[in-house]
Amino acid sequence: MHVHFLDPYRPRSSLIHKFDPSLKLVLTVGFILTCTLIPTGAWPIYILFFALVLSADVLSELGVGYVFKRSVLALPFVLAALPLILTVHGKTIFSLPIGPWVLSPSYPGLERFISIAIKSWLSMQTAILLAASTPFPDLLVAMRSAGVPRLLVSIFGLMWRYLFVLVDETMRLVRARAARSGKSDRPEAKTGRHLAWRARVTGGMAGNLLLRAFERSDRIYMAMVSRGYDGESRSLPLPAVRPAEWAALFASLSVLGILIFVAYSLWG
Amino acid sequence: MHHSIEVENLSYTYPDGTIALRDVSLSIEPSEKVALVGPNGAGKSTLILHLNGILSGEGKVHVCSQEVVKENLGRVRSCVGLVFQSPDDQLFSPTVFDDVAFGPLYQGLPSVEVQQRVNEALEAVHMAGYKHRVSHHLSAGEKKRIAIATVLSMRPEVLILDEPTGGLDPRSRRSLIHLLNELPLTMLASTHDMRMVREVFPRMIILDEGSVVADGPTELLMNDTSLLEAHGLEKA
Repeated sequence: MHVHFLDPYRPRSSLIHKFDPSLKLVLTVGFILTCTLIPTGAWPIYILFFALVLSADVLSELGVGYVFKRSVLALPFVLAALPLILTVHGKTIFSLPIGPWVLSPSYPGLERFISIAIKSWLSMQTAILLAASTPFPDLLVAMRSAGVPRLLVSIFGLMWRYLFVLVDETMRLVRARAARSGKSDRPEAKTGRHLAWRARVTGGMAGNLLLRAFERSDRIYMAMVSRGYDGESRSLPLPAVRPAEWAALFASLSVLGILIFVAYSLWG
Repeated sequence: MHHSIEVENLSYTYPDGTIALRDVSLSIEPSEKVALVGPNGAGKSTLILHLNGILSGEGKVHVCSQEVVKENLGRVRSCVGLVFQSPDDQLFSPTVFDDVAFGPLYQGLPSVEVQQRVNEALEAVHMAGYKHRVSHHLSAGEKKRIAIATVLSMRPEVLILDEPTGGLDPRSRRSLIHLLNELPLTMLASTHDMRMVREVFPRMIILDEGSVVADGPTELLMNDTSLLEAHGLEKA
Protein backbone atom coordinates (compact mmCIF):
# COMPACT_ATOMS: atom_id res chain seq x y z
CA MET A 1 0.00 0.00 0.00
CA HIS A 2 1.43 3.39 -0.94
CA VAL A 3 0.47 6.96 -0.34
CA HIS A 4 -0.70 8.87 -3.35
CA PHE A 5 -2.89 11.38 -1.61
CA LEU A 6 0.06 13.72 -1.11
CA ASP A 7 0.55 14.20 -4.82
CA PRO A 8 -1.45 17.31 -5.74
CA TYR A 9 -1.45 16.57 -9.49
CA ARG A 10 -4.93 15.84 -10.86
CA PRO A 11 -4.85 14.61 -14.46
CA ARG A 12 -7.41 16.31 -16.73
CA SER A 13 -7.30 17.27 -20.39
CA SER A 14 -8.01 20.95 -19.89
CA LEU A 15 -6.44 23.93 -21.62
CA ILE A 16 -4.59 24.81 -18.40
CA HIS A 17 -3.18 21.28 -18.16
CA LYS A 18 -1.95 21.42 -21.76
CA PHE A 19 -0.31 24.82 -21.35
CA ASP A 20 3.50 24.71 -21.47
CA PRO A 21 4.78 23.98 -17.92
CA SER A 22 7.64 26.50 -18.09
CA LEU A 23 5.33 29.30 -19.14
CA LYS A 24 2.84 28.25 -16.50
CA LEU A 25 5.53 28.41 -13.84
CA VAL A 26 6.81 31.82 -14.90
CA LEU A 27 3.27 33.18 -15.19
CA THR A 28 2.32 31.85 -11.77
CA VAL A 29 5.38 33.37 -10.14
CA GLY A 30 4.73 36.61 -12.07
CA PHE A 31 1.12 36.65 -10.91
CA ILE A 32 2.09 36.05 -7.28
CA LEU A 33 4.72 38.79 -7.50
CA THR A 34 2.20 41.20 -9.01
CA CYS A 35 -0.31 40.31 -6.28
CA THR A 36 2.31 41.14 -3.67
CA LEU A 37 3.25 44.43 -5.31
CA ILE A 38 -0.29 45.77 -5.80
CA PRO A 39 -0.82 48.48 -3.15
CA THR A 40 -3.22 48.18 -0.23
CA GLY A 41 -6.87 48.90 -0.94
CA ALA A 42 -6.70 48.56 -4.75
CA TRP A 43 -10.05 46.74 -4.66
CA PRO A 44 -10.90 46.89 -8.40
CA ILE A 45 -7.57 45.22 -9.20
CA TYR A 46 -8.26 42.53 -6.58
CA ILE A 47 -11.65 41.90 -8.16
CA LEU A 48 -10.04 41.67 -11.59
CA PHE A 49 -7.46 39.19 -10.25
CA PHE A 50 -10.14 37.18 -8.53
CA ALA A 51 -12.04 36.99 -11.83
CA LEU A 52 -8.85 35.85 -13.58
CA VAL A 53 -8.17 33.14 -10.98
CA LEU A 54 -11.79 32.02 -11.10
CA SER A 55 -11.72 31.70 -14.90
CA ALA A 56 -8.49 29.71 -14.67
CA ASP A 57 -10.12 27.46 -12.03
CA VAL A 58 -13.05 26.83 -14.35
CA LEU A 59 -10.85 26.34 -17.42
CA SER A 60 -8.70 23.82 -15.55
CA GLU A 61 -11.73 21.50 -15.10
CA LEU A 62 -10.61 20.92 -11.51
CA GLY A 63 -13.68 22.64 -10.20
CA VAL A 64 -13.78 25.89 -8.26
CA GLY A 65 -14.67 23.99 -5.08
CA TYR A 66 -11.50 21.89 -5.28
CA VAL A 67 -9.22 24.92 -5.53
CA PHE A 68 -11.16 26.85 -2.86
CA LYS A 69 -11.04 23.99 -0.42
CA ARG A 70 -7.29 23.62 -0.79
CA SER A 71 -6.71 27.36 -0.57
CA VAL A 72 -7.96 27.30 3.01
CA LEU A 73 -4.34 26.32 3.69
CA ALA A 74 -3.47 30.01 3.33
CA LEU A 75 -5.55 30.93 6.37
CA PRO A 76 -3.00 30.21 9.13
CA PHE A 77 -0.43 32.38 7.32
CA VAL A 78 -2.91 35.21 7.11
CA LEU A 79 -3.14 35.16 10.90
CA ALA A 80 0.44 36.43 11.01
CA ALA A 81 -0.85 39.71 9.55
CA LEU A 82 -3.53 40.07 12.24
CA PRO A 83 -1.46 42.33 14.57
CA LEU A 84 -1.40 44.93 11.76
CA ILE A 85 -4.96 45.89 12.69
CA LEU A 86 -3.66 47.07 16.05
CA THR A 87 -0.25 48.41 15.11
CA VAL A 88 -0.98 50.60 12.07
CA HIS A 89 -1.79 54.18 13.12
CA GLY A 90 -4.81 56.00 11.80
CA LYS A 91 -8.49 56.57 12.53
CA THR A 92 -9.45 54.06 15.28
CA ILE A 93 -12.51 51.86 15.01
CA PHE A 94 -12.99 51.56 18.79
CA SER A 95 -10.88 51.54 21.98
CA LEU A 96 -10.87 48.70 24.44
CA PRO A 97 -8.89 49.16 27.67
CA ILE A 98 -7.44 45.85 29.02
CA GLY A 99 -5.60 46.53 32.28
CA PRO A 100 -2.75 48.94 31.61
CA TRP A 101 -3.10 48.53 27.79
CA VAL A 102 -5.60 50.00 25.37
CA LEU A 103 -6.52 48.01 22.26
CA SER A 104 -7.35 50.38 19.45
CA PRO A 105 -7.82 48.76 16.04
CA SER A 106 -7.55 51.26 13.19
CA TYR A 107 -9.28 51.55 9.79
CA PRO A 108 -5.99 51.68 7.83
CA GLY A 109 -4.79 48.61 9.78
CA LEU A 110 -7.96 46.72 8.96
CA GLU A 111 -7.69 47.73 5.30
CA ARG A 112 -4.12 46.48 5.15
CA PHE A 113 -5.03 43.20 6.86
CA ILE A 114 -7.91 42.52 4.46
CA SER A 115 -5.68 43.37 1.48
CA ILE A 116 -3.00 40.96 2.66
CA ALA A 117 -5.60 38.25 3.29
CA ILE A 118 -7.04 38.62 -0.22
CA LYS A 119 -3.60 38.74 -1.82
CA SER A 120 -2.38 35.59 -0.05
CA TRP A 121 -5.60 33.79 -0.86
CA LEU A 122 -5.31 34.65 -4.57
CA SER A 123 -1.61 33.68 -4.63
CA MET A 124 -2.38 30.39 -2.92
CA GLN A 125 -5.05 29.59 -5.49
CA THR A 126 -2.67 30.10 -8.42
CA ALA A 127 -0.04 27.94 -6.74
CA ILE A 128 -2.62 25.20 -6.20
CA LEU A 129 -3.71 25.49 -9.79
CA LEU A 130 -0.11 25.14 -10.98
CA ALA A 131 0.56 22.09 -8.80
CA ALA A 132 -2.74 20.40 -9.68
CA SER A 133 -2.39 20.93 -13.42
CA THR A 134 1.32 20.12 -13.88
CA PRO A 135 2.98 16.78 -13.10
CA PHE A 136 5.89 17.35 -10.72
CA PRO A 137 8.61 16.11 -13.13
CA ASP A 138 7.37 18.65 -15.70
CA LEU A 139 7.53 21.30 -13.01
CA LEU A 140 11.16 20.41 -12.35
CA VAL A 141 11.98 20.82 -16.06
CA ALA A 142 10.08 24.11 -15.95
CA MET A 143 12.17 25.28 -13.00
CA ARG A 144 15.34 24.52 -14.92
CA SER A 145 14.22 26.36 -18.02
CA ALA A 146 13.23 29.31 -15.81
CA GLY A 147 16.82 29.47 -14.63
CA VAL A 148 16.50 27.92 -11.15
CA PRO A 149 19.99 26.53 -10.24
CA ARG A 150 20.36 22.85 -11.16
CA LEU A 151 21.46 21.84 -7.70
CA LEU A 152 18.33 23.34 -6.18
CA VAL A 153 16.16 21.62 -8.80
CA SER A 154 17.79 18.26 -8.08
CA ILE A 155 17.25 18.80 -4.34
CA PHE A 156 13.55 19.47 -5.04
CA GLY A 157 13.41 16.35 -7.19
CA LEU A 158 15.02 14.10 -4.59
CA MET A 159 12.87 15.58 -1.84
CA TRP A 160 9.75 14.85 -3.84
CA ARG A 161 10.87 11.31 -4.63
CA TYR A 162 11.72 10.39 -1.05
CA LEU A 163 8.95 12.28 0.67
CA PHE A 164 6.60 9.50 -0.42
CA VAL A 165 9.02 6.81 0.69
CA LEU A 166 9.25 8.43 4.12
CA VAL A 167 5.51 8.82 4.46
CA ASP A 168 5.08 5.16 3.46
CA GLU A 169 7.62 4.25 6.10
CA THR A 170 5.84 6.34 8.72
CA MET A 171 2.58 4.64 7.88
CA ARG A 172 4.16 1.21 8.27
CA LEU A 173 5.58 2.22 11.68
CA VAL A 174 2.22 3.53 12.84
CA ARG A 175 0.58 0.32 11.65
CA ALA A 176 3.11 -1.81 13.54
CA ARG A 177 2.37 0.17 16.69
CA ALA A 178 -1.39 -0.25 16.19
CA ALA A 179 -0.89 -4.01 15.79
CA ARG A 180 0.64 -4.23 19.25
CA SER A 181 -1.69 -1.78 20.96
CA GLY A 182 -3.83 -4.41 22.62
CA LYS A 183 -6.08 -4.55 25.64
CA SER A 184 -5.49 -6.79 28.61
CA ASP A 185 -8.29 -9.07 29.77
CA ARG A 186 -7.83 -7.74 33.31
CA PRO A 187 -10.32 -5.05 34.13
CA GLU A 188 -7.92 -3.14 36.44
CA ALA A 189 -5.25 -2.62 33.77
CA LYS A 190 -5.34 0.80 32.13
CA THR A 191 -4.98 0.45 28.36
CA GLY A 192 -2.59 2.93 26.76
CA ARG A 193 -0.84 3.75 30.07
CA HIS A 194 -0.45 7.53 30.23
CA LEU A 195 0.06 10.40 27.83
CA ALA A 196 3.73 10.99 28.73
CA TRP A 197 4.61 7.36 27.97
CA ARG A 198 2.75 7.43 24.67
CA ALA A 199 4.50 10.69 23.81
CA ARG A 200 7.85 9.05 24.56
CA VAL A 201 7.03 6.14 22.25
CA THR A 202 6.05 8.58 19.49
CA GLY A 203 9.28 10.52 20.12
CA GLY A 204 11.24 7.28 19.73
CA MET A 205 9.44 6.63 16.44
CA ALA A 206 10.30 10.11 15.17
CA GLY A 207 13.95 9.61 16.13
CA ASN A 208 13.91 6.27 14.40
CA LEU A 209 12.57 7.80 11.20
CA LEU A 210 15.24 10.49 11.33
CA LEU A 211 17.99 7.86 11.65
CA ARG A 212 16.56 5.87 8.79
CA ALA A 213 16.21 8.93 6.57
CA PHE A 214 19.83 9.69 7.36
CA GLU A 215 21.01 6.19 6.51
CA ARG A 216 18.88 6.06 3.41
CA SER A 217 20.38 9.33 2.18
CA ASP A 218 23.82 7.73 2.55
CA ARG A 219 22.72 4.69 0.57
CA ILE A 220 21.16 6.86 -2.13
CA TYR A 221 24.33 8.91 -2.36
CA MET A 222 26.42 5.74 -2.69
CA ALA A 223 24.09 4.47 -5.41
CA MET A 224 24.50 7.80 -7.21
CA VAL A 225 28.29 7.78 -6.85
CA SER A 226 28.50 4.21 -8.10
CA ARG A 227 26.74 5.32 -11.25
CA GLY A 228 29.21 8.13 -11.82
CA TYR A 229 27.77 11.05 -9.86
CA ASP A 230 30.42 13.68 -9.21
CA GLY A 231 28.41 16.42 -7.52
CA GLU A 232 27.27 17.98 -10.77
CA SER A 233 23.76 17.15 -11.90
CA ARG A 234 23.36 16.72 -15.62
CA SER A 235 20.23 16.40 -17.62
CA LEU A 236 18.94 16.26 -21.15
CA PRO A 237 18.75 19.53 -23.05
CA LEU A 238 15.57 21.47 -22.44
CA PRO A 239 12.77 21.49 -24.99
CA ALA A 240 12.85 24.67 -27.06
CA VAL A 241 10.26 27.35 -26.35
CA ARG A 242 8.25 28.20 -29.47
CA PRO A 243 7.99 31.83 -30.64
CA ALA A 244 4.21 31.86 -30.03
CA GLU A 245 4.83 30.84 -26.44
CA TRP A 246 7.41 33.57 -26.01
CA ALA A 247 4.87 36.03 -27.35
CA ALA A 248 2.14 34.79 -24.99
CA LEU A 249 4.51 35.02 -22.05
CA PHE A 250 5.67 38.49 -23.01
CA ALA A 251 2.10 39.71 -23.47
CA SER A 252 0.90 38.31 -20.13
CA LEU A 253 3.85 39.68 -18.20
CA SER A 254 3.35 43.08 -19.84
CA VAL A 255 -0.32 43.10 -18.78
CA LEU A 256 0.74 42.30 -15.21
CA GLY A 257 3.34 45.12 -15.38
CA ILE A 258 0.75 47.58 -16.66
CA LEU A 259 -1.63 46.57 -13.86
CA ILE A 260 1.06 47.29 -11.26
CA PHE A 261 1.65 50.68 -12.89
CA VAL A 262 -2.09 51.50 -12.97
CA ALA A 263 -2.55 50.37 -9.37
CA TYR A 264 0.31 52.55 -8.16
CA SER A 265 -0.91 55.59 -10.06
CA LEU A 266 -4.44 55.27 -8.64
CA TRP A 267 -3.96 53.82 -5.15
CA GLY A 268 -0.24 53.95 -4.42
CA MET B 1 -15.77 -25.85 17.96
CA HIS B 2 -13.16 -23.24 18.84
CA HIS B 3 -11.00 -22.06 15.95
CA SER B 4 -7.99 -19.85 16.41
CA ILE B 5 -8.71 -18.15 13.10
CA GLU B 6 -11.93 -18.29 11.14
CA VAL B 7 -12.47 -16.27 7.99
CA GLU B 8 -15.80 -16.39 6.19
CA ASN B 9 -16.39 -14.99 2.71
CA LEU B 10 -13.91 -12.18 3.09
CA SER B 11 -13.58 -9.74 0.20
CA TYR B 12 -11.55 -6.57 0.09
CA THR B 13 -11.04 -3.86 -2.49
CA TYR B 14 -8.38 -1.18 -2.04
CA PRO B 15 -9.56 2.43 -2.24
CA ASP B 16 -8.03 2.72 -5.74
CA GLY B 17 -10.34 -0.07 -6.97
CA THR B 18 -7.83 -2.95 -6.94
CA ILE B 19 -9.58 -6.12 -5.82
CA ALA B 20 -7.25 -7.76 -3.30
CA LEU B 21 -9.39 -10.53 -1.78
CA ARG B 22 -12.32 -12.39 -3.33
CA ASP B 23 -14.59 -14.40 -1.10
CA VAL B 24 -11.83 -15.96 1.02
CA SER B 25 -12.85 -18.54 3.61
CA LEU B 26 -10.55 -20.56 5.85
CA SER B 27 -10.26 -21.80 9.39
CA ILE B 28 -7.24 -22.69 11.49
CA GLU B 29 -7.39 -24.76 14.65
CA PRO B 30 -5.48 -24.07 17.86
CA SER B 31 -1.76 -25.06 17.65
CA GLU B 32 -2.00 -25.64 13.92
CA LYS B 33 0.88 -24.30 11.79
CA VAL B 34 -0.21 -23.14 8.38
CA ALA B 35 1.72 -21.59 5.51
CA LEU B 36 0.08 -19.06 3.22
CA VAL B 37 1.77 -19.15 -0.17
CA GLY B 38 1.16 -17.53 -3.51
CA PRO B 39 2.79 -15.18 -6.00
CA ASN B 40 3.48 -11.51 -5.29
CA GLY B 41 0.27 -9.51 -5.28
CA ALA B 42 -1.87 -12.58 -4.52
CA GLY B 43 -3.38 -10.86 -1.46
CA LYS B 44 -1.38 -12.62 1.28
CA SER B 45 -0.38 -9.46 3.14
CA THR B 46 -3.85 -7.99 2.72
CA LEU B 47 -5.38 -11.11 4.23
CA ILE B 48 -2.96 -10.99 7.16
CA LEU B 49 -3.80 -7.36 7.89
CA HIS B 50 -7.46 -8.36 8.26
CA LEU B 51 -6.68 -10.80 11.04
CA ASN B 52 -6.06 -8.06 13.57
CA GLY B 53 -8.36 -5.46 12.12
CA ILE B 54 -5.83 -3.13 10.52
CA LEU B 55 -7.85 -3.54 7.35
CA SER B 56 -11.51 -4.44 7.33
CA GLY B 57 -13.37 -5.77 4.33
CA GLU B 58 -16.68 -7.44 3.61
CA GLY B 59 -17.25 -10.77 5.33
CA LYS B 60 -16.55 -12.13 8.78
CA VAL B 61 -13.28 -12.67 10.60
CA HIS B 62 -13.08 -14.38 14.00
CA VAL B 63 -9.83 -14.68 15.90
CA CYS B 64 -9.53 -16.47 19.27
CA SER B 65 -13.34 -16.75 19.40
CA GLN B 66 -13.80 -13.00 19.01
CA GLU B 67 -15.18 -11.24 16.01
CA VAL B 68 -12.72 -8.75 14.54
CA VAL B 69 -14.82 -5.61 14.78
CA LYS B 70 -13.98 -2.14 16.02
CA GLU B 71 -15.20 -2.72 19.58
CA ASN B 72 -13.02 -5.83 19.98
CA LEU B 73 -9.82 -4.54 18.40
CA GLY B 74 -7.98 -4.12 21.71
CA ARG B 75 -8.56 -7.73 22.76
CA VAL B 76 -8.01 -9.07 19.25
CA ARG B 77 -4.65 -7.32 18.96
CA SER B 78 -3.41 -8.74 22.23
CA CYS B 79 -4.32 -12.26 21.14
CA VAL B 80 -2.85 -12.01 17.62
CA GLY B 81 0.87 -11.35 17.33
CA LEU B 82 1.61 -9.92 13.92
CA VAL B 83 5.27 -9.97 12.85
CA PHE B 84 5.76 -7.64 9.91
CA GLN B 85 7.99 -8.42 6.97
CA SER B 86 10.49 -5.68 7.71
CA PRO B 87 11.72 -5.78 11.32
CA ASP B 88 12.64 -2.12 10.91
CA ASP B 89 8.95 -1.30 10.88
CA GLN B 90 8.34 -3.39 13.93
CA LEU B 91 11.21 -2.04 16.01
CA PHE B 92 10.41 1.60 16.59
CA SER B 93 11.77 2.14 20.09
CA PRO B 94 15.26 3.21 21.16
CA THR B 95 16.25 -0.08 22.84
CA VAL B 96 15.35 -3.75 22.53
CA PHE B 97 13.81 -3.64 26.00
CA ASP B 98 11.52 -0.72 25.11
CA ASP B 99 10.36 -2.52 21.98
CA VAL B 100 9.63 -5.83 23.65
CA ALA B 101 7.96 -4.06 26.58
CA PHE B 102 5.72 -1.94 24.34
CA GLY B 103 2.80 -4.40 24.12
CA PRO B 104 2.58 -5.27 27.85
CA LEU B 105 3.13 -1.63 28.86
CA TYR B 106 0.39 -0.50 26.51
CA GLN B 107 -1.94 -3.02 28.08
CA GLY B 108 -1.26 -1.34 31.44
CA LEU B 109 0.34 -4.37 33.12
CA PRO B 110 2.32 -3.82 36.36
CA SER B 111 6.11 -3.23 35.97
CA VAL B 112 7.16 -6.51 37.58
CA GLU B 113 5.06 -8.44 35.12
CA VAL B 114 6.31 -6.36 32.20
CA GLN B 115 9.91 -7.19 33.20
CA GLN B 116 9.04 -10.84 33.52
CA ARG B 117 7.33 -10.96 30.13
CA VAL B 118 10.23 -9.20 28.42
CA ASN B 119 12.70 -11.70 29.90
CA GLU B 120 10.48 -14.60 28.95
CA ALA B 121 9.99 -13.36 25.37
CA LEU B 122 13.70 -12.69 24.87
CA GLU B 123 14.58 -16.10 26.24
CA ALA B 124 12.05 -17.73 23.92
CA VAL B 125 13.87 -16.24 20.93
CA HIS B 126 17.30 -16.95 22.48
CA MET B 127 18.21 -13.27 22.75
CA ALA B 128 18.28 -12.87 26.55
CA GLY B 129 21.48 -10.81 26.55
CA TYR B 130 20.18 -8.19 24.12
CA LYS B 131 17.84 -6.30 26.46
CA HIS B 132 19.77 -3.04 26.53
CA ARG B 133 21.05 -3.08 22.97
CA VAL B 134 19.94 -0.48 20.45
CA SER B 135 17.55 -2.18 17.99
CA HIS B 136 18.85 -0.06 15.14
CA HIS B 137 22.32 -1.60 15.31
CA LEU B 138 21.37 -5.29 15.23
CA SER B 139 21.89 -7.62 12.26
CA ALA B 140 18.91 -8.66 10.12
CA GLY B 141 18.64 -12.07 11.81
CA GLU B 142 18.79 -10.53 15.29
CA LYS B 143 16.20 -7.93 14.37
CA LYS B 144 13.88 -10.67 13.15
CA ARG B 145 14.15 -12.53 16.45
CA ILE B 146 13.56 -9.36 18.44
CA ALA B 147 10.56 -8.58 16.23
CA ILE B 148 9.11 -11.96 17.17
CA ALA B 149 9.87 -11.28 20.84
CA THR B 150 7.95 -7.99 20.64
CA VAL B 151 4.77 -9.93 19.98
CA LEU B 152 5.54 -12.94 22.20
CA SER B 153 5.65 -10.55 25.17
CA MET B 154 1.90 -10.05 24.66
CA ARG B 155 1.45 -13.83 25.12
CA PRO B 156 -0.61 -14.16 21.96
CA GLU B 157 -2.56 -17.26 21.02
CA VAL B 158 -1.84 -16.80 17.34
CA LEU B 159 1.43 -15.82 15.70
CA ILE B 160 1.19 -14.37 12.21
CA LEU B 161 4.35 -13.88 10.21
CA ASP B 162 4.79 -12.00 6.96
CA GLU B 163 7.76 -13.36 4.97
CA PRO B 164 9.66 -14.50 8.08
CA THR B 165 12.81 -15.64 6.24
CA GLY B 166 13.01 -12.76 3.76
CA GLY B 167 16.48 -11.17 3.65
CA LEU B 168 18.10 -13.62 6.10
CA ASP B 169 21.42 -15.38 5.53
CA PRO B 170 21.39 -19.22 5.63
CA ARG B 171 22.48 -19.42 9.27
CA SER B 172 19.91 -16.88 10.51
CA ARG B 173 17.29 -18.58 8.39
CA ARG B 174 18.13 -21.97 9.81
CA SER B 175 17.95 -20.74 13.40
CA LEU B 176 14.65 -18.99 12.69
CA ILE B 177 13.24 -22.24 11.33
CA HIS B 178 14.31 -23.98 14.55
CA LEU B 179 12.65 -21.22 16.54
CA LEU B 180 9.36 -21.49 14.61
CA ASN B 181 9.39 -25.26 15.14
CA GLU B 182 9.88 -24.75 18.87
CA LEU B 183 7.18 -22.17 19.49
CA PRO B 184 3.97 -23.87 20.61
CA LEU B 185 1.56 -21.35 19.08
CA THR B 186 -1.01 -21.34 16.33
CA MET B 187 0.92 -20.03 13.36
CA LEU B 188 0.09 -18.58 9.99
CA ALA B 189 3.02 -17.50 7.85
CA SER B 190 2.89 -15.83 4.47
CA THR B 191 6.01 -16.90 2.60
CA HIS B 192 7.78 -17.77 -0.64
CA ASP B 193 10.29 -20.00 1.15
CA MET B 194 8.94 -23.40 0.11
CA ARG B 195 11.71 -25.32 1.83
CA MET B 196 10.77 -23.75 5.13
CA VAL B 197 7.10 -24.55 4.44
CA ARG B 198 8.00 -28.21 4.11
CA GLU B 199 9.99 -28.16 7.35
CA VAL B 200 7.69 -26.15 9.60
CA PHE B 201 4.15 -26.10 8.26
CA PRO B 202 2.16 -29.33 7.85
CA ARG B 203 -0.67 -27.46 6.12
CA MET B 204 -0.50 -25.10 3.19
CA ILE B 205 -2.96 -22.63 1.70
CA ILE B 206 -2.36 -21.33 -1.82
CA LEU B 207 -3.73 -17.88 -2.52
CA ASP B 208 -3.76 -16.43 -6.03
CA GLU B 209 -5.45 -13.31 -7.38
CA GLY B 210 -7.20 -12.86 -4.08
CA SER B 211 -8.80 -16.32 -3.90
CA VAL B 212 -7.93 -19.52 -2.08
CA VAL B 213 -7.02 -21.97 -4.87
CA ALA B 214 -5.85 -24.88 -2.70
CA ASP B 215 -5.85 -25.77 0.98
CA GLY B 216 -4.48 -29.06 2.26
CA PRO B 217 -1.56 -31.06 3.63
CA THR B 218 1.80 -29.62 2.54
CA GLU B 219 3.14 -33.02 1.47
CA LEU B 220 0.20 -33.56 -0.86
CA LEU B 221 0.14 -30.08 -2.44
CA MET B 222 3.90 -29.96 -2.72
CA ASN B 223 3.83 -33.00 -5.03
CA ASP B 224 1.26 -31.47 -7.34
CA THR B 225 3.78 -29.83 -9.64
CA SER B 226 1.22 -28.58 -12.15
CA LEU B 227 -0.78 -26.86 -9.39
CA LEU B 228 2.34 -25.18 -8.04
CA GLU B 229 3.45 -24.07 -11.50
CA ALA B 230 0.03 -22.70 -12.36
CA HIS B 231 0.30 -20.36 -9.37
CA GLY B 232 3.88 -19.25 -9.77
CA LEU B 233 5.35 -21.55 -7.09
CA GLU B 234 8.21 -24.01 -7.08
CA LYS B 235 8.41 -27.42 -5.54
CA ALA B 236 10.90 -27.65 -2.68
